Amino acid sequence: MSREQLAVQRARKSFQTGKSKPLEYRIHQLKSLLRFITERRRDIADAVKKDLGKSANGTELFETLGLEGEIKLAIEKLAEWAAPRPVEKNLLTITDEVYVQPEPLGVVLIIGAWNYPWSVTLQPLVAAIAAGNAAIIKPSEVSSNSSKVMEELLPQYLDKDLFPVVTGGVSETQELLKQKFDHVFYTGSSTVGRIVMEAAARHLTPVTLELGGKSPCYIDKNCDISMACRRITWGKFVNCGQTCIAPDFVLCEPSIQSRVVEEIKKCIKEFYTENPETFEDYGRIINQHHFKRLMGLMEGSTVAVGGGSDESQCYIAPTVLQDVTGESKVMKEEIFGPLLPIITVSGVDEAIQFINEREKPLVLYVFSNDNKLIKRVIAETSSGALLANDCLVHFTVSALPFGGVGNSGMGCYHGLHGFNQLSHLRSCLIKQLNMEAFNNMRYPPHTDKKLGWARFFLLKQLNVGRLRRMALLAALAGLAAFVVQDSRISWRCWDERKIANDTGRSVWVEVCTEDRKARQSCFCIWRNIQQL
Amino acid sequence: MSSPQSPSPHRWFNALRRTERSSSGELLIGINMSGKTRVCYSCQRNGRLTCRRTRLGEPCLKTYPLECEGLLRRARVTFQAGHTLKESFRVAQLEAVVRMLEEHECDFVDALGKDLHKPRFEAVVSELILVKNEALYAINNLKKWMQPQHVERNLSTTLDECLMVSEPLGVVFIVGTWCSPVETCLVPLVGAIAAGNCAIISPSECTAHTAELLHRLIPFYLDNECFHVILAGTREVVELKFDHVFFTGNRSEGTRIAQAAARTLTPVTLILGGKNPCYVDQDCDIATTAQRIAWARFHNAGQSLVAPFYILCHTTVTARLVQALKCCLMQFYGSDPRESSSYGRMVNLDIFNRTKDMLWKSGKVAVGGQVIEAEKYIAPTILTEVTESNPIMQQDIFGPVLPVLTVNNVDEAIAFINKQEKPLCVYAYSSNNKVITRLMSETSSGSFCSNDSILQSLMVALPFGGVGASGMGSYHGRYSFDTFSHRKSCLLRSTRFECVTYLRYPPYEDHNLSLMTWASTLSQKSQGWCHIL
Repeated sequence: MSREQLAVQRARKSFQTGKSKPLEYRIHQLKSLLRFITERRRDIADAVKKDLGKSANGTELFETLGLEGEIKLAIEKLAEWAAPRPVEKNLLTITDEVYVQPEPLGVVLIIGAWNYPWSVTLQPLVAAIAAGNAAIIKPSEVSSNSSKVMEELLPQYLDKDLFPVVTGGVSETQELLKQKFDHVFYTGSSTVGRIVMEAAARHLTPVTLELGGKSPCYIDKNCDISMACRRITWGKFVNCGQTCIAPDFVLCEPSIQSRVVEEIKKCIKEFYTENPETFEDYGRIINQHHFKRLMGLMEGSTVAVGGGSDESQCYIAPTVLQDVTGESKVMKEEIFGPLLPIITVSGVDEAIQFINEREKPLVLYVFSNDNKLIKRVIAETSSGALLANDCLVHFTVSALPFGGVGNSGMGCYHGLHGFNQLSHLRSCLIKQLNMEAFNNMRYPPHTDKKLGWARFFLLKQLNVGRLRRMALLAALAGLAAFVVQDSRISWRCWDERKIANDTGRSVWVEVCTEDRKARQSCFCIWRNIQQL
Repeated sequence: MSSPQSPSPHRWFNALRRTERSSSGELLIGINMSGKTRVCYSCQRNGRLTCRRTRLGEPCLKTYPLECEGLLRRARVTFQAGHTLKESFRVAQLEAVVRMLEEHECDFVDALGKDLHKPRFEAVVSELILVKNEALYAINNLKKWMQPQHVERNLSTTLDECLMVSEPLGVVFIVGTWCSPVETCLVPLVGAIAAGNCAIISPSECTAHTAELLHRLIPFYLDNECFHVILAGTREVVELKFDHVFFTGNRSEGTRIAQAAARTLTPVTLILGGKNPCYVDQDCDIATTAQRIAWARFHNAGQSLVAPFYILCHTTVTARLVQALKCCLMQFYGSDPRESSSYGRMVNLDIFNRTKDMLWKSGKVAVGGQVIEAEKYIAPTILTEVTESNPIMQQDIFGPVLPVLTVNNVDEAIAFINKQEKPLCVYAYSSNNKVITRLMSETSSGSFCSNDSILQSLMVALPFGGVGASGMGSYHGRYSFDTFSHRKSCLLRSTRFECVTYLRYPPYEDHNLSLMTWASTLSQKSQGWCHIL
């Protein structure tokens, strides 16, 4: 039996004992995980430094700070999340208990990515623990140092059987995917996502896929361009562009292109100094393979800023490419590196069209002062998330679900959404064995009378809209009749017009309590009669 | 038969029925006297020149993959034009669904009667009313559902807008099953319409009459570009790229659909049948229990995904329960259920034969057991002395057969249930609340219902769906809407106060980090954490 098989089996056995279910246990595990992060801050930072060349402060800022927040939130809210959620009852179940009960799924497989080796691997784990599952953690083999540290240290804090860490490359992952899980949570690329989903489908396992995609960033000319560029520069070149939610390309009007380039240049200099190669807060490309791929992508585009590289240390300078078109090589795949192409479009219409022609992105960025324009982009495009006037920060808002749509993935996590994703929301109906007379209508032999009763009890969903319209119509008709009658009086005695007015007014007062629409139309009728 | 003369669906439909009744075959199909090919309606609509009716009178049941591609393309173009986004459009379509069910109730009852011998009561209550309820519920709540949901803000986003916007997914593919052909096609369709999607619906091939009825009626009531019914060919169609696949049916087919969908990265909702256990405790009112179980098991001749599939009965009450079930059957269907108008038939010979074989190979027949192949009739059957190794406990049964197994206590029942794959529903009958609570917390299933069966799957407010081997995803009411929507999280930041964000920009300095950590702990104390990020 392989190591993977053994780990899954042990986790399942351990899950079946039911020890992961009590809330105290889950909170205890979450607290241990938190302790792990605070106590082993040094080890984590060192590993990330070796993998991606990130500075210790950068690691803390982008990896562990968010993770700690997520854990603390889960500890605090767990009781609330795991409680039964009552739903509205209908006529038939008015005496019963009806609620939705979240329950754990079983053994969850979490496959992490290398770009943020701690954050994207452990955040789903937080949700898995909170939901009461067992989890197999498979960190990415590409970020080998982090994965080694995780394998060594995590079992010292968490339950060894319930939360084993399995490391290894493609063959180990394949072996893992052959096993039966109750949920697979994958973060990574679309190609592998497809393979993971197919493997999971064989066992009818639901999946959550957090994939990437080319996230567009539209800069409207009506916005503070220098601030927009500052935020874009930060979002794009953080972790050397290897962020799944980084803006992939910029869309702007030709008139502001040169300003955008200038501003980004200025910000790069401010953030990473004149020479980013020697600056400690600027990262490196993960490996030679990706380095070569990125250098290839640059072909055929005009470099406006940066462009320097050093193969020996996998360094690519923060680069801006201008006058790129949709057909350029750099627009054919997700960049995942420090290259920022700028594409010119004639306006927001073309930008929306450009976005809609492509696969649905994970996130869409819009920079504009015009709220109407932002609302329009929200309504007319589709993406995992939309962020206006900033980059990346929506990842840190736990109340917002984080996930993709279409080609950028399926399912979502963070906070309660992660908990729901890794729980099964079981509907429960608790009836008593009484009131059997009430049930008689449903038992055969069926008669028309029984059918009539069933219709009455089951079809309690009235079309409220239509009913309201009908009531309104009836009220209006009645009023109209009343008013017409009144007006007849007024026609009969022209000289007593004042009286008619008074009656008219009294009608209006009566109608005040009715719907506003009815009131208005009634008022119109009254006015028309006045004019007669 | 000519193309519709009058645009009124009512009149046209009546005319069609007249032709169908009066013609003795030749008129309807195939070749007429002059040798010219006559084309039936569904072929005409699909732009075929020759009719593909196989035999006299049989409905034309095939939409070819190429046509499906065309339909998909049409739906996608309409979707991209944004017609389905408007609330008024969705409400109008939902109202049309309700109207269709109201105006053609008799036709649906007829079709279901032909396919499944479904009694009128069952057809109306378990299929039509269910869909109507669902549609009306959606109409009433659509406005609320469509509104962006604001989420709670925190320290750093107090000045911003955080909201979740529900947006439609695109073109969804709905595959129904034969157990309740109308319900499994139209309830998901209501969700799809409410969420603003276009849909391609594939009713089950086994229930040909209902499928053709839907194929004929839907174009008259719903938008012709957005909603299409295809007949057969699910196998090839699922290979196309949809934005969501909603499947109801059996497990092997479900697995195949899930794999095909994975190749195109399409999310799926699978509602799969499983063997639903039903525990009967010693401490309960046996007469009532028997009545509720018998009703749930034998309606629609046992062809239901949610019916209890086997009883786990406490040893002490087994004999009484079997006796009570016998009485109930007598009461429900009379001495000869074959004569009863309230009792259905098996959908086709294949399923009839499978059920028959399993019936004869397992346990001892306590009640029923009669089969008549010509009518596809299987009498309501109760099996006793069934063991776990019997074929009936190994395969999924969709027939009027109820095996009764005995257990010595609740623990044994729970162990038995947990040994099997996760079922769609678990039922428990007991007057003892402790027993109910234990069964509920120690087993896992799509849904749970105590002291009754099936009801939990009819409620619009409860999510209905499986877990593990019984499927993934859920639907009904709000949950349908969510299944067919993508909740886009939107964070609309203001561009003011750039000074707050300076902390996050490189060069990362120690004092920036400590400031942020401090702010973060501060806001954790005041619930929620800080994101000066």
